[in-house]
Amino acid sequence: MTTRRAFIASLLAASASPAVGWASVGDPTYLAAARMPDGSYMLAGLREDGSAAFSVPLPARGHAAAAHPSRAEAVGFARRPGTYALVIDCRDGEVLHRLEAPDERQFNGHGTFSPDGRLLYTVEQRVADSEGFIGVWNTDGYRRVAEFASHGVGPHDIRVMPDHASLVIANGGIQTDKWDRAKLNTDTMRPSLVYVDLDGALLEKRDLPEFYQNSIRHLALRADGLVGFAMQWEGEAGYAPPLLALHRRGEELVLCEAPLEDELAMDGYAGSVAFCGDGSEIAISSPRGGRLHRFSDTGVFLGAVSRTDVCGLAPHAGGYMASDGLGGVLLVRGGAVKPLTIAQAAWDNHLIPIHA
Amino acid sequence: MRHLALLALIAATPASAGVPEALDEVILPGFAGFAEAATALSVAASADCTPESLRAPWNAAFDAWTQIGDIRIGPSETGALGVAFWPDVRGFTPRTLGNLIKTEAEVGTDPAAYAEVSIAGRGLFALERMFYDADFSGYEADSYSCTLVQTMTAELAAQAGALDAGWEGFSKVLLSAGEEGNTLYLSEGEAMDVLYTQALSGLEFSDVARLGNPLGSFERPRPTRAEAWRSERSLRNVLLTADASVALAHAVGGMPLPVTDAALDRLHELAERVSDPSFQDIEDPSARLRVEIVQQQVNAIGEAIKGELGAALGLTAGFNSQDGD
Repeated sequence: MTTRRAFIASLLAASASPAVGWASVGDPTYLAAARMPDGSYMLAGLREDGSAAFSVPLPARGHAAAAHPSRAEAVGFARRPGTYALVIDCRDGEVLHRLEAPDERQFNGHGTFSPDGRLLYTVEQRVADSEGFIGVWNTDGYRRVAEFASHGVGPHDIRVMPDHASLVIANGGIQTDKWDRAKLNTDTMRPSLVYVDLDGALLEKRDLPEFYQNSIRHLALRADGLVGFAMQWEGEAGYAPPLLALHRRGEELVLCEAPLEDELAMDGYAGSVAFCGDGSEIAISSPRGGRLHRFSDTGVFLGAVSRTDVCGLAPHAGGYMASDGLGGVLLVRGGAVKPLTIAQAAWDNHLIPIHA
Repeated sequence: MRHLALLALIAATPASAGVPEALDEVILPGFAGFAEAATALSVAASADCTPESLRAPWNAAFDAWTQIGDIRIGPSETGALGVAFWPDVRGFTPRTLGNLIKTEAEVGTDPAAYAEVSIAGRGLFALERMFYDADFSGYEADSYSCTLVQTMTAELAAQAGALDAGWEGFSKVLLSAGEEGNTLYLSEGEAMDVLYTQALSGLEFSDVARLGNPLGSFERPRPTRAEAWRSERSLRNVLLTADASVALAHAVGGMPLPVTDAALDRLHELAERVSDPSFQDIEDPSARLRVEIVQQQVNAIGEAIKGELGAALGLTAGFNSQDGD
C-alpha cells in the first residue's frame, strides 16, 4: 500500500530526475515476469543471449507487462479482473505510480505505449457487461486523459500500427462475471479484430463467423502492417480449430491451419504469438500442448517445435526467443532449439519486446 | 541488488531416478506389446476380414493401447492421434470412411499410401466403426470394405511399429535429460517432471473426456459421446488407463504409493456398480450417479498421485499450461 506521502515523494523523485533509459539497466531486449521458487514474483530484463540485464521484485503476479520505449519503466497489470496497474522502475523495482482503473472499468489484459512514449493505452472492459474500452494515459505522471470504445467485448491486446496513426485491438469476445472471471457467453461470443484511429474512431472490423468461439487474444505486428493474431478455443474440446490468423488492412483474414493431429496437439490454445526476427515467418505457442507452431507469412504450416510449458515468444535477430515455465530461455531458429539459459524460476506467459 | 542469482548456465540438477524404470517397466514394453497386438490384428485381417473374426484381436490391440495410449510426448505427441482419433467432435471419421467406401478410393487398398489419409480415417476408432457401426459393418468378405479393413489394420500395425521404434530412440532423449546437446529436456529433473505429468494427464483425460463428455450436464447427458461405446469399451478404457497411470506413477516414483493404490482399488470396486459399461443408460439419474462416482474416484487417484508422488519428489505440473492468459 503506497502512502500518500510516499506517493508524492515518488512523484517528486520522478520529476526531479531526468528520465532514466534502458541503458541504465543493462540494455535488455525483452521484459519477462517470473515466479520464483519461494513463491514471490519478479520482473526481469533479458538480453538476446538470454542473460538477465536486471531483475526486480514484483509485488504480485502480473498479468502482462508493457515496456516504455525509452525510459526504464515497465507497467505491470494485475491479474484479471484487474483494478490496478503498477508503473515499475526497472532499476530497483520501486513502484513509481499506481494506475487505478476508473469506476466500472477493469484492466483486462495488455497495454502498450505510443512510439514516442508519451501515452499509454490500456485494454479495459466495463464491469457490468464486459464491453471493451481503451484507456489513454499521459505518461508524464500517468494521468488518465481519455478513453474510447474497443468496438467489441472483452478486449485483451492492443498495438500501435506502423503508421503511428491507428491502433489494432484484439477483442476476445468473452463476457466475464464481474467477480470471478467465469465466462458467461461462450455460446454466443463474437470476438473481433478492430482498427481504430488515435481518437477511437472505427476504421475496420473483422470477425470469424465460422469459428466464432475462437477468442482473439494476442497480437503480433510486422513493420509493413501485417497483423497476426493468436486465438484460444472456447468451444467443445477436440474441435481442433486453427489458432492463428493473418490480416492486412482492407483484405480478408487468412486462417493459418496445421494438420489435424498438430492442431489437436495444441489443445485449442495459443498463449503467445510473434513474428520471427526477419519477419519471414510467424509462430504461436501452446503451453498446454508443450509446443509451438511455425507458419510462413502467407499462412503455410512450416512445422512444430516441442518444449514443455513453452509460452513466451518474441522476435529475435536469429529467429524467435521463447521462454517456458521450467525456467528455460530458448532461441528457436527454423525448426531447431538452442537453449540459452535456464533460470530457477518459472517464466510467465509473455516475453515483451522493449523496442517493438 | 540488480543481478539475482537467477540465471545459471545450463546445468544438471539431480534426481532422474525413475526415468529408466518408467521406460523399462512401463513405456517400452507397452509400445512393444501394442505393436505385437496390432500386428496380430493385421495378420488376422488378412486371413478373414469380417467383423465377427476381427473384434477379438481388435479388442486385444485396444487393451494393449490403453497401457501407453495416453502418453503425449516424443513420438506420441502427434503419433498417438493416428492410432486413437477421439473425440471426433466434427464427425470426421464416418465422413472419411463413407467417402472412401462410396468412391472405392484406390488409397484404401494400399497400406503405405493409407498413411496419408486423415487421422480420422485411420486407427482404432475408424476400425471400431467398421466392426461395430451398422452403417459400416455389414460388408462381405470380397468387398471394398473388406480390403479397406485389411489396409487399415496393416497401416495400424505400421503405425504401431513406428511408435515402438520411435520410442526406442526417444528413450535416449529422456535418459540424457540435462546433458549437453539435449535441447528438449534441459535438466534431469525435467524428464521426471514430464513423465509425472503424463501419469496425471491420462487421468485428467478420463475425467474430462472419457467420463465428462458423455455425462454432459444433468439436464443434457450425451451418452453417444462416450468413448468406444459401440464396442462397449467405455468403462473398460477408464479402468485400464487408470491402471496404466498408476503403474507409470509407481515406476517414476520407485516408492510405495499406498493412498494411490487404495484409490485405484476403490475405482475398480465402484466400477462394478456401473450398470452399462458403455454408459448408454446415463439418462437414468441413478445410472448417471454411479458414473459420476467413478469420475470422482478417477479424480481421487490423480489427487493421491499428486499428494504422494508429486509432494515427495517436488514435482509440479506446468506453470503456464495450468494458468492461461
